[in-house]
Amino acid sequence: MSESAPPVAGGLKTRRDIERAVVRFAGDSGDGMQITGEQFTIESAVAGSDLATLPNFPAEIRAPVGTLFGVSSFQLQFGSQRVYTPGDRLDMLVAMNPAALKVHLSDLKPGGLLLVNTEAFEPGNLKKAGYPSDPLDEPALAERYRLHKVDMTGLTMRALADLPLSAKDKERCKNFFALGLVSWIYTRPLEPTLESIQKKFAKSQVIADANTRALKAGHAFGETAEIFTESYAIEPAEMAPGLYRAMTGNRALAWGLLAAAQRSNVPLVYGAYPITPASSILEELAMHKRFRIRTIQAEDEIAAVTAAIGASFGGAIGVTGSSGPGIALKGEGIGLAVTAELPLVIFDIQRGGPSTGLPTKTEQADLMQAMYGRNSESPVVVIAPATPGDCFYIAYEAVRIAAKYMVPVMVLSDGFLANGSEPWLIPDAATLPPIELHFRTEKEGFFPYLRDPATLARPWVRPGTPGLEHRIGGLEKQDVTGNISYEPENHDHMVRTRAEKVRRVAQEIPPTTINGPVAGEVLVVGWGSTYGSITAAVERAQADGKSVASIHLRHLNPLPPDLGHILREYRRVLVPEINSGQLVRVLRAEYLVDAVGFNRVRGLPLASDDIHDAISQLLGDH
Amino acid sequence: MSATEAGAAAAPTPKYTKKDFESDQDVRWCPGCGDYAILSAIQKSMPDLGIPKEDIVFVSGIGCSSRFPYYMNTYGFHTIHGRAPAIATGLKVARPDLKVFVVTGDGDGLSIGGNHMLHVLRRNVNVTILLFNNRIYGLTKGQYSPTSELGKVTKSTPLGSADRPVNPLAFALGCGATFVGRTVDRDVKHMEEMIKRASAHHGTAFLEILQNCNIYNHLTWNVVYDKESKAAHELRLEHGKPLLFGPVDDRHALVMEGAQPKVVRAKDVPESALWVHDETKVNAAKLLADLWTPDYPIPTGVLTAIEAPVYEDIVLEQEQRAISERGPGDIAKLLTSGDTWKID
Repeated sequence: MSESAPPVAGGLKTRRDIERAVVRFAGDSGDGMQITGEQFTIESAVAGSDLATLPNFPAEIRAPVGTLFGVSSFQLQFGSQRVYTPGDRLDMLVAMNPAALKVHLSDLKPGGLLLVNTEAFEPGNLKKAGYPSDPLDEPALAERYRLHKVDMTGLTMRALADLPLSAKDKERCKNFFALGLVSWIYTRPLEPTLESIQKKFAKSQVIADANTRALKAGHAFGETAEIFTESYAIEPAEMAPGLYRAMTGNRALAWGLLAAAQRSNVPLVYGAYPITPASSILEELAMHKRFRIRTIQAEDEIAAVTAAIGASFGGAIGVTGSSGPGIALKGEGIGLAVTAELPLVIFDIQRGGPSTGLPTKTEQADLMQAMYGRNSESPVVVIAPATPGDCFYIAYEAVRIAAKYMVPVMVLSDGFLANGSEPWLIPDAATLPPIELHFRTEKEGFFPYLRDPATLARPWVRPGTPGLEHRIGGLEKQDVTGNISYEPENHDHMVRTRAEKVRRVAQEIPPTTINGPVAGEVLVVGWGSTYGSITAAVERAQADGKSVASIHLRHLNPLPPDLGHILREYRRVLVPEINSGQLVRVLRAEYLVDAVGFNRVRGLPLASDDIHDAISQLLGDH
Repeated sequence: MSATEAGAAAAPTPKYTKKDFESDQDVRWCPGCGDYAILSAIQKSMPDLGIPKEDIVFVSGIGCSSRFPYYMNTYGFHTIHGRAPAIATGLKVARPDLKVFVVTGDGDGLSIGGNHMLHVLRRNVNVTILLFNNRIYGLTKGQYSPTSELGKVTKSTPLGSADRPVNPLAFALGCGATFVGRTVDRDVKHMEEMIKRASAHHGTAFLEILQNCNIYNHLTWNVVYDKESKAAHELRLEHGKPLLFGPVDDRHALVMEGAQPKVVRAKDVPESALWVHDETKVNAAKLLADLWTPDYPIPTGVLTAIEAPVYEDIVLEQEQRAISERGPGDIAKLLTSGDTWKID
């Protein structure tokens, strides 16, 4: 194969139908891999594919060029059938430099498409990637994979030769050349990207023209260069009819709050301190002031949560968001909201830990922190979204429950959901359940801790209400009156009451959906972002005739009321998690069930192949 | 939206007395504590604020001073250690219509909550901060505090403390405070006057109240308690008046010598050379904040009161502008905006 293959004039190429493909764009963090992947996602969505994405980037903002730790990648799986995950193994890898090849090659399936940018394979970059010699010269590489060596930089420069731009600016368009080429290979429409280029570079027509030309040049190269003998077509997936958009988890959380603010008709105050991977929620909310969203970039995590609590005391919806390290700092504040019995929503966008850990990588290891990570007994409601789009409903639900029960609600998302996107069926906002806020104004019979018999919620009183002046605080208080009390029996009663109030939230939980037989050999129980990996693995096992079902918990505290019964209907229970076994401990403790964990803590989503293997092992038929 | 937020407050504020601001809770400070006098002065000042009592909120952190809200018949929130300024910031952003007081102490406000104090002051949130400074941790039974003098012998520093104290007024000014004042728990009239001045300020008002802990740090402020000493050392600041102090028969004055304040006999300098107090001059306030015995007098009163943009005013103004320019937010419209595609 030659990198300067002559075009085949009007050459006829075959187009093969495939069901799904997993493609990863990888390059230096300055190579624009994230935008390339995002655009390919939009193209695929517009082509009617179902899809799931996995952006993966270094924590360093501008990591040194060409290094292994500076590699940034974007992976997506798209297909004509239901797509649950970004995929385990790659059908195609685009490697823009030697470091990207080195880091990602092992994930490429044998026989997979390997597209490399030859220009970047020069001695300096090879050395930084730790290659003693050029790996592209190894015959084994071309034997094992369908290797396409293309001088994408050179071809881009030539396509832009006559544009009045610096060589550096021209060179920066090479990612769009790659996108054009991959778009041709998978028959993706270019129009969404062409439109997006015009929007993104509206301020500089010459930059817009350069990227447009690079994109088209890449596409034309695929069509005409004789090195590519076939392209692939994917039928549109069967998806529920309606209007769709691409949705990431963090945007969905923010928009869920917007919906809740509009529906509840009170201001929403979001206190946050910048932290990866939660910052984009603050940034998104700050753009939507028209919804009466008031964002406070606080001086620290503690101020962020306490400002939210102050807002709730004032009769607004107080929300704070962070990642694990920040949640640890907020612990005392959350305890205040527990005892003051004020509504509070806390987003925890989990990342790898302990301590600073892996800021840009995903993990599910904050479940115990969410449930127990405060002094004394301070129960909160814990819920978790299953997919990026589900984050919208979870945020809305968090506000609804917090306000109805006067209780803190912790939402456990993670880095994978936060940045990952999926085609999302846009809901009819009118069908969202009402958020009923009751601010007490009636003086007669008022006490600060008088409880609603159904929810045990105490009355929410907005300061400014005449005749209802009262004091609350962090000291233990007598039930009903709210007066400070050190009385032993009262404390015992209040500890139980706060716990019971959280337990009562179980009445909000719909019956658990069982994916598969209602009784059988293996039940796989998951929560949070592992939904896709688990579902794909379970459906594969079911297709093989295995007696396997799965359930996915959106409510972790309290647990669904029907869960105990469901667990007993299967011989074995498997709990896959991106931690060393947290939900599995809760289930064992709560239901005395001999559940076993499947645990990988690699900073990455679980591979559905691995879950499938774990199911097989449990069935004893590996 | 409350009536006041809607600008529809029609009913005149009732005529209150001190009693209207007393809650039904037993006050639990040690007998003889300076906090009693402060509580009384605040309750007495409230009727003169002209604010409906349901619109008043007292927010506190932890410590002896922070029990304060329980004793006020207004809205109150006794929160966690050091965080009252942050709670108050969230409250004011949600409810700019409320009158919010933060009651704190030297440990709560300048040690565990020092960071929040810095940021509430620089943001200029419209709250009144009353910092009771007794130079000791009282509630935890007598450890030294961030305002305790160097070498202070306490239970936790049997050989004397090794850390230098922070000066609350200089700290506040360094944070960009727009109102800074000092008063003394044993000077009830001045205290009431200062509380009213601080309360009327638009922006963050920082009032240090020198307070006696008769159990763990008795007479720590004796220099301004003892009648003779007070007469000799207290410099009462009054806007537009020259900086004079000391007994009537031996008045002293402050003058500037280069970049350094200097104490002189009043009769030795011409009136034109006297330093006249100007609350609008922050630089002068910074010099005053550092003055203390034995070399200088102890200033009480308002060191500075200036106007500056207020945090929640800007937040609300941005919101109102966004709504008036583009209408209130509509989630249904937002959901279908941007790149969408239809599947039939």
